[in-house]
Amino acid sequence: MFSNLSFDLDGGELLWVEGENGSGKTSLLRILAGLAAAESGAVAWRGQPARGLGEDFTRELLFLGHANGLKDDLTVTENLRFAARLGGFPADPAAVAAAIASVGLSHRAHLAVRLLSQGQRRRAALARLWLDRSRALWILDEPFAALDVDSIDRLAARIATHLDAGGAAVLTSHQDVAVAARRTQRLRLAG
Amino acid sequence: MFDAFAAVFLRDVLQAWRRRADWFTTMFFFVVVVTLFPLGVGPESGILEAIAPGVLWVAALLAAMLSLPRVFAADYADGTLEQLLLVPQPLTVLVLAKVAAHWLLSGLPLALMAPVLGLQFGLGGEALGVLFLAILIGTPCLSLIGAIGAALTLGLRGGGVLIALLVLPLYIPVLIFGAGAVDAVAAGTGGSAHLSLLAACCLVSLAVSPWATAAALRIALE
Repeated sequence: MFSNLSFDLDGGELLWVEGENGSGKTSLLRILAGLAAAESGAVAWRGQPARGLGEDFTRELLFLGHANGLKDDLTVTENLRFAARLGGFPADPAAVAAAIASVGLSHRAHLAVRLLSQGQRRRAALARLWLDRSRALWILDEPFAALDVDSIDRLAARIATHLDAGGAAVLTSHQDVAVAARRTQRLRLAG
Repeated sequence: MFDAFAAVFLRDVLQAWRRRADWFTTMFFFVVVVTLFPLGVGPESGILEAIAPGVLWVAALLAAMLSLPRVFAADYADGTLEQLLLVPQPLTVLVLAKVAAHWLLSGLPLALMAPVLGLQFGLGGEALGVLFLAILIGTPCLSLIGAIGAALTLGLRGGGVLIALLVLPLYIPVLIFGAGAVDAVAAGTGGSAHLSLLAACCLVSLAVSPWATAAALRIALE
């Protein structure tokens, strides 16, 4: 799919992966997250092979794929509380409510996810970015897809805050959204 | 680690409660299949008593198997499985939590219903007690082995039939010892030897299944 690919990402930096449909953006992100193995080559995290690090790597990683990773029959609040508990920090109800408010879903927090629109589901999944502040590396697959203009602005601002705090982010997007970063690398995959 | 186990377990139970119709169909399947036999074979109590352990166990195996595709398929489809793989906890623990939830929702109800259904076959009090114990001890094994099959067939077309082909042969020891325990009561030797062997099966599958399932899940998601 792609070859001769090499890049470094420092704290505070954003990597923007571009390319046509089917050019391998999602595959690259899954390889970076350790969900898939590259045919050849390696991913290193803080100088060590990421695949060997196991939990030391996943503890610092927040991955949001194509699928939202939400349970349709649970409410937005329940889904987030579950994500928090699995992430290994106490699911403080106030923090969960604040994260939901940050994506503008307060009035939908008690609804089952299956009752939400596509964009609202995406926002519910993205609320994890406000909830879990301990992850250094964000890998986001099409985070801006299906969002309205306000939500895009809020998300761009949240990513900028994360980068400003020394975190790193990798994302794919078809839309050109301005995200303030110390340094933005653009990686264009040719199909 | 325990917190992650509890989180996955409670989420699966809550999820199943919200979709309880799915689970009731499995239980109803068990009741209907078992009930068909006395109706089909006729009321001769000698024959019914003789076939009761086998019938109840085969029905329990099929009912447990029927609910297997649900263990991972929904999580796979909505992306939560992907997230589970990235949780900073051992995947085996999370798998074990899902298996425990599956047992609570399928194995335990089967064990509770079996003695009642056994009455239709004219089983005696002691035989019913052993039947309950045998299904109670045997069903965790069914859930554990079944999880491997469910993980291996994840994302495949016709996964449900494939699970049956993969898992049913592995259920044979459970069937033999489980039905044997109840038979042994009728023969007057007591079921404890068979129950011990059944428990041994469970422990072996407990030692193997979480690792095999975790490995199969990682492969399925690549």
